[in-house]
Amino acid sequence: MKVGLFIPCYVNQLYPQVAIATLELLEKLNVDVYYPSTQTCCGQPLGNSGYEDDSKGACQLFVENFKEYDYIVGPSGSCIYHVKKHFDILEQTPDVIRVRNNAYELCEFITKILRKTNLGAKFPHKVGLHKSCHGLRGLHLGSCSERMDAHFSTEENLLNAVEGLELMSLNRKDECCGFGGTFSVFEEAISVKMGRDRVQDHLDSDVEVITGADHSCLMHLEGLINRENKPLKVMHIAEILNKSI
Amino acid sequence: MTHADKAAEFNKNEAKVNWHDKALWYVREKRDKSAHGVIGWEHIRDVASGIKANVLSNLDNYLIEFEKNALNNGIKVHWASDAKEHNEIVSKILADNNAKKVVKSKSMLTEECHLNPHLEAQDIEVVDTDLGEFIVQIAKETPSHIVLPAIHKTKEEVDDLFQEHIGTKPSEGNPEYLTNEARKHLRNKFLNADAAITGVNFAIAETGGIVVCTNEGNADMGSHLAKVHIASMGIEKIIPKEEHLGIFLRLLARSATGQPITTYSSLFNKPAEGKEMHIVIVDNGRTEQLSREDFRASLHCIRCGACMNTCPIYRRSGGHSYDATIPGPIGSILSPGKDLTKHSSLPFASTLCGSCSNVCPVKINIHEQLYKWRQVIVKDVKQPIVKKSILKVAGGVLANRKLYNFSGRMARFMLKYAPRFIVYSKLNAWGKARDLPEVKGQNFDQWYKVKRKNNG
Ligand code: SF4
Repeated sequence: MKVGLFIPCYVNQLYPQVAIATLELLEKLNVDVYYPSTQTCCGQPLGNSGYEDDSKGACQLFVENFKEYDYIVGPSGSCIYHVKKHFDILEQTPDVIRVRNNAYELCEFITKILRKTNLGAKFPHKVGLHKSCHGLRGLHLGSCSERMDAHFSTEENLLNAVEGLELMSLNRKDECCGFGGTFSVFEEAISVKMGRDRVQDHLDSDVEVITGADHSCLMHLEGLINRENKPLKVMHIAEILNKSI
Repeated sequence: MTHADKAAEFNKNEAKVNWHDKALWYVREKRDKSAHGVIGWEHIRDVASGIKANVLSNLDNYLIEFEKNALNNGIKVHWASDAKEHNEIVSKILADNNAKKVVKSKSMLTEECHLNPHLEAQDIEVVDTDLGEFIVQIAKETPSHIVLPAIHKTKEEVDDLFQEHIGTKPSEGNPEYLTNEARKHLRNKFLNADAAITGVNFAIAETGGIVVCTNEGNADMGSHLAKVHIASMGIEKIIPKEEHLGIFLRLLARSATGQPITTYSSLFNKPAEGKEMHIVIVDNGRTEQLSREDFRASLHCIRCGACMNTCPIYRRSGGHSYDATIPGPIGSILSPGKDLTKHSSLPFASTLCGSCSNVCPVKINIHEQLYKWRQVIVKDVKQPIVKKSILKVAGGVLANRKLYNFSGRMARFMLKYAPRFIVYSKLNAWGKARDLPEVKGQNFDQWYKVKRKNNG
């Protein structure tokens, strides 16, 4: 099984530790991982801003970079969602279809394809899970609080198997953090208020470390936490799952 | 002003934002609880959505069937292609009946048509009798929510308003006292009304009858007491059969407020002896929306308000920030169809979180339509030059690995070495309340080149 590692542009530049944790985790799970060096971005920031047409070049490059892999795995629900959902703007060649079908968010890849939940990690802390919207409501990584389906959560299953980790229960289980890409700057006031309210919910629930499967949301929350000196740490779920495996 | 400007204004009073958010979240939670009590909720949503899709695909025939049956029942049916025609028809009916005093129960359509100012200009007294609507009417405002029109007002604010307009005593916002006083005031209006105007929740093609749902019974009181009943409906309110109420009534009240059913779900099938009943069927842009394939499902809407209660942006920006008759997520996909330029900021007033689509009882893909409107707007509405050029350049950079490397390195360099006052200047909306990420020694590309060989 050949896996192409997709690292979102901002993670590559600003959060290399998340990319490294993702890579190491997959390697420890005996996956044959490749990192195509000419990858850039999935095109999501453009599409969500209304410039989908201008993103075709980026989307096509994504397909070129990943078409030869059995699976494409990335530590970001929203980028993967964009590939699956919005690459309909490209001509649906066999390559494009394969890439869209085989793109997986990291947690889903581990549980669904590798069929593993206990990765042998150890992390003795109180953790709050931020369920990012595109992973949850887009990729269906778990049940949503609005729907009347039976409860499940891909990330919770993985975190509950981590030794010593205490998963804290939040008041609002899956409310949006307010990042939303360019929303975070064009609707600054609401974006910040939404983020603050999320952070407060984690604080009220005695959380020490906020985690999640999408680092863009976490970047937004971390920005608020650092500015306001809140006693919270932010880590991508790959970093926790990669702890002392 | 854009949605963002108005939302920022609303956010200057954080205590009020918190209160607004909590009040609506409470309604959302009530909805969750009550929906959980219905076996097969998700299946019922599927069925409701299917019925609505069928209605929209056969709307012409259903409307003709509805008209025929309504006429047979002795109801007078009128057709209005736009708001102006609607208002003129209502005026004419009132003039024919020499009606000078009108009581109205809640109807978003008459809000959309701006009926009140139209009638008031002709010296007709119009009183909104739904408590929430009454409050916004005396405050000279518009509803900020389609089910809870005065949700933006605290009880203390209502106290002040009532003292000024209906002569109540100061009560520190005692809801019971205030509601009772409003009732007394409205009772007189009901008793003296010449005509009653109501909205329509469902119009049944098979029977030619209409259904009006209220919690206060004001639609019933109004239409039973007055000589003339005028019901205004949009063309999309049709359902094929009476038995379909079993689906829609089950969904409506639970989605709206978490009640199993509205206190009054009244079927009006024909005028009472010696009275007149009129139905005004209004298009006002709906046929055009129906013709837009990507957006036609927005006409499924049964106006339950659930998408507003769940929307994290609506809860924190207030209904008036949308500057449209219908606010919130559903308003943001309906309004651009009416005036693209005026409402061009609305589809961007969302993180595309998708919660609205999940609560919607008739399964409108609201967040997907928001995304689609964005694509339309950047093409058809003049964009701020800075935003446009930044995103165009980004499109080029992201399609080209060498440019991407260069700009990534530049961004890291700037973040790391530019003085704080530049990084956190006024131009940087991110940095007003949030820190920027701390830049690490190397990016992942650089790390990978040194540590691994598998360069795909
Ligand atoms: S769009 Fe759906 S959730 Fe929103 S008001 Fe209409 S029916 Fe209710």
